[in-house]
Amino acid sequence: MNIMVVGVGGQGTLLTSRIIGYVAMQAGYEVKISEVHGMAQRGGSVVTYVRYGKNVYEPVVEEGQADILIAFERLEALRYAHYLKKDGKIIVNDCRIDPMTVVIGAAQYPESVIENLSLNHVVYSIDGDKAVSELGNPKVLNTVVLGLAAKHIGFSQEEWIDVISKTVPQKTIGINVAAFKNGYQNN
Amino acid sequence: MNKKIMLGNEAIARGAYEAGVKVSSAYPGTPSTEISEILAKYGEVYAEWAPNEKVAVEVAAGAAIAGVRSLACMKHVGLNVASDPIYTLAYTGINGGFVVVVADDPGIASSQNEQDTRMIARSAHLPVLEPSTSQEAKDFVKFGYEISEKYDTPVILRTTTKLSHSQSVVEMQDRVVPEDKAYERNVSKYVMMPAGAIGRHKVVEARDNKLAEDSCNFAVNKWEKGDNKLGFITSGIAYQYVKEVCPEASVLKLGMVNPLPKKLIEEFVSSVEEVIVFEELEPVIEEQVKSWGLKVKGKELFTKQGEYSASMLKSALFGATDLPYEKAAVPNRPPILCPGCPHRSVFSVLNKLKIHASGDIGCYTLGAVAPLNVLDTCICMGASISALHGMEKAKGKEFLKNWVAVIGDSTFLHTGINSLINMVYNKATGTVIILDNRTTGMTGHQEHAATGKTLKGEQTYAINFTELCKTIGVKNVYEIDAFDVKGLEQAIKQSANGNELCVIIAKAPCALLKGQVFPYKCKVDKESCKKCGMCLKIGCPAITKMADGTVQINQTMCNGCGLCQSYCKFGAIKKVEI
Repeated sequence: MNIMVVGVGGQGTLLTSRIIGYVAMQAGYEVKISEVHGMAQRGGSVVTYVRYGKNVYEPVVEEGQADILIAFERLEALRYAHYLKKDGKIIVNDCRIDPMTVVIGAAQYPESVIENLSLNHVVYSIDGDKAVSELGNPKVLNTVVLGLAAKHIGFSQEEWIDVISKTVPQKTIGINVAAFKNGYQNN
Repeated sequence: MNKKIMLGNEAIARGAYEAGVKVSSAYPGTPSTEISEILAKYGEVYAEWAPNEKVAVEVAAGAAIAGVRSLACMKHVGLNVASDPIYTLAYTGINGGFVVVVADDPGIASSQNEQDTRMIARSAHLPVLEPSTSQEAKDFVKFGYEISEKYDTPVILRTTTKLSHSQSVVEMQDRVVPEDKAYERNVSKYVMMPAGAIGRHKVVEARDNKLAEDSCNFAVNKWEKGDNKLGFITSGIAYQYVKEVCPEASVLKLGMVNPLPKKLIEEFVSSVEEVIVFEELEPVIEEQVKSWGLKVKGKELFTKQGEYSASMLKSALFGATDLPYEKAAVPNRPPILCPGCPHRSVFSVLNKLKIHASGDIGCYTLGAVAPLNVLDTCICMGASISALHGMEKAKGKEFLKNWVAVIGDSTFLHTGINSLINMVYNKATGTVIILDNRTTGMTGHQEHAATGKTLKGEQTYAINFTELCKTIGVKNVYEIDAFDVKGLEQAIKQSANGNELCVIIAKAPCALLKGQVFPYKCKVDKESCKKCGMCLKIGCPAITKMADGTVQINQTMCNGCGLCQSYCKFGAIKKVEI
């Protein structure tokens, strides 16, 4: 299984990929996760990879190989959509964050991203910002999106919640579990 | 069995812990930083941040000479700074085991170049181990201490970004601390005067030869017998790509990449019809193997640049394959300064005054790009100050009127102080701005000598920049809140027009620093917005221009620093308490 988690630096792609990795490890798979640190994290386009199976060598997912693409932002879903296999799925948080190239007028933010992606791919989108404002904590956006993705990745809801409870800071377990369920039910 | 998914760096820290390391010293640098952060959590290990890598290696060397196992960690360019002690420690050898972890960054994810540590190790005559998984990272650190002590040499453990920042399963073991070695005075070994050094050079050469011979039998050099038509000599993360693409091929996986196990390689090459050397960056293995008269292929097929991948190997061997989807044309999203970043405030003033900045290494290097466009140079740690000085000596005082040097607090402590002493000593008149955000920002918030806390989280003396600068002879030192744009503008104008060296310390904590509280958010009053676009010139990612030309501030992203408000002439931006 090849999963990519993409977004804008600071959106929590790293923690999300770790949770997926741990769920797969608990289920007995060999797991490799590849992350992005340093300057690339500063508000730039970030991509992390999770691969699991019987044997896993390469720690990254390459173009044309992803089973699932989890995107925390529309433009980032579009940027990495060509990494998908034929019939690969996109889980996308329907939000827009303008890159600096757009802010300064050097480029245009593409229109109708989700509609266009849906022409060629199976797309599941979620209004994560709305969900987190209902939940009352913007920091659990990644867990809401993970909830939606979890249903398409597999494993039981209990397995996911077990790992989330062991991974996130103690104080935030309740809100993260609620966020996960919110996304999970949003199918 | 105690298993855990570990980052390569975490596994290195675990390896050092299990090997009984007692002293560790390092300077942060992507992709090596987490090693020290994780090691510091083990109560039994003394771990510290040093001001730079040279100091770190010397500290660890002292510990090793005293007789305990020690560690120093750095990124590839840090090894340049530490080269001075490294080259000579190859001569002195050690007493307790000494491993130096150096993390290379092929693909330049977060660096200023993509140099290959194996090249330096070869010229310094130091053995190099290179792991391919987190498990090996842990095991190789422990093996590194064994050979360090057996062959009386510092050992380099080389990783790359993909190894340091990938996670895979690691089996943990208990910590075993070897007995401390007794310290014995040995002048011919540890005092590198000519007479001693001449003698030690002979030892170095003999050790190289012995290691090249013995390493043919090291378990880390693994011959995976397979197809006798195609074989690979490979190491590190590149090994994974070979296994991904050619699982049937014969593979000589080198865990020790310097010195090379010559006999083993000769045997391997003669057993397979065609041999490919698959190594990222420089042809270090390939050139040596070819110099022995063996027929192998390497850089005829692959580049010296960037990270390798399974698909690049696949297309080199079998040609490109069609992909199901085409890449979409999308706007780039380069990294940027965060909302609420104090560097943005300083740069907005420099941009307004049309001042060029001689830059340095840190998040603030991002001041080079649009819309701030103020940084003109970035070479290495500390170079901002010295390069500015060189410009003055080349073109005179007038040329410097619209120039400053900008350097972060941690970078200033790393190698900026020497450069400032040089300016004082050689009668410079330039302006140096210390961007003091109270942390080592880009590598993820590490303490340093001016934060008042150690790597272990203990309270300590915090170096005072103003006092430091005055002590070395800078007469004009100003401390200004980094968000006080008027105060900054005045100070910069004044010092640029003056005839004396001036240091401005622009102070405000990094917006991402733990414990930071943001009591405000900035909001736009749409009616008052005159669509002038001034607030967009500061390049804050929280501000978006709407279709009607007015601006909107993303309330999730905004940290309420109020910089946009300072630049709005129409009072359309308000700071609202939350």
